[in-house]
Amino acid sequence: MNRLRLWLLAVGGAGLTALLVAACPGLPRFGGRSHPYGERAVRASLDRHTANTVASVNFDQRAYDTLGEMSILFAAVLGCVVLLRQARDEHRARPEPAAVARPVRRYALIVLPVALVTGLYVVAHGQLSPGGGFQGGVVAATALHLLYLGADYGALERVRPLAVYETSDALAVCAYLVLGLAGVLAGTAFLANTLLPYGTFNTLSSGGAVPLLNAAIGMEVASAVVVLLATFLDQAVEIEEKQGS
Amino acid sequence: MSDAVIVVALLLVAACATAAVAQRDPARQALVLSVLGLFLAVLFTVLQAPDVGLSQLAVGSALTPLLIMLSVRRTRRRGRTKEGPE
Repeated sequence: MNRLRLWLLAVGGAGLTALLVAACPGLPRFGGRSHPYGERAVRASLDRHTANTVASVNFDQRAYDTLGEMSILFAAVLGCVVLLRQARDEHRARPEPAAVARPVRRYALIVLPVALVTGLYVVAHGQLSPGGGFQGGVVAATALHLLYLGADYGALERVRPLAVYETSDALAVCAYLVLGLAGVLAGTAFLANTLLPYGTFNTLSSGGAVPLLNAAIGMEVASAVVVLLATFLDQAVEIEEKQGS
Repeated sequence: MSDAVIVVALLLVAACATAAVAQRDPARQALVLSVLGLFLAVLFTVLQAPDVGLSQLAVGSALTPLLIMLSVRRTRRRGRTKEGPE
């Protein structure tokens, strides 16, 4: 049985390798000048006054793909929350406050506000410079957890009422859907970026619906990451199995 | 010139990825993974994809190692409480 499996793996691997090698000569050369898709994407993003072409692809030309990615993250976090909930044979123990080395505390508490603002900046400037809702959301959410390093778990729990983040996660997903449906109601298409004025190129309010969708994604990702880390932290720090079970 | 930078970044990524595989302790693997995330972010930025680089920096070198460390802590603690009462 084991031999058969190995043979199957070897045949499949050899086939995949052969196909990949055969496909490689057909690729455009590294660093070439011909970018048919890139040129069209840049033209479309400039038409709609979005300075960051990647943001225009993610939230305007391919906004529907981003909806799918957002649903994947939402479903994944939901699955984690369900799997890592407190089981019947487990109980919660208050973690004791631990001493934090003074340099660690100082560094964490200085970096926390800087990282938080950086995250929000990256979300807000998604349509202008590299970054956007996803990147900024992760930065802002992980920044909050510097409090766990700098102070202790109790302090983190006080600034992080979980129910609020769970609700805002769901609300952000709804906001994205509503922004998409607005297009349908206005008579164009789902997630079509035709409702809002495109604004002045390279300013914060440019790009039509792109900044709004960016903000929705930022809120969704930040809350999702906070909830995800909270369920993992609960398991690592608080929840314990009952003795003798 | 820029080709040389790309080659150096690629070599750093390859070396760091090999180190992550060669390291057997999951907690240390998480740390190596975080450094690998940093090098990958540099590689993406050198290849003119700063958006992907930022994602890689946020997820690959902060979030994933953190989740791995928390999981490791949880499984180690469970092992200790099971052996503890005897």
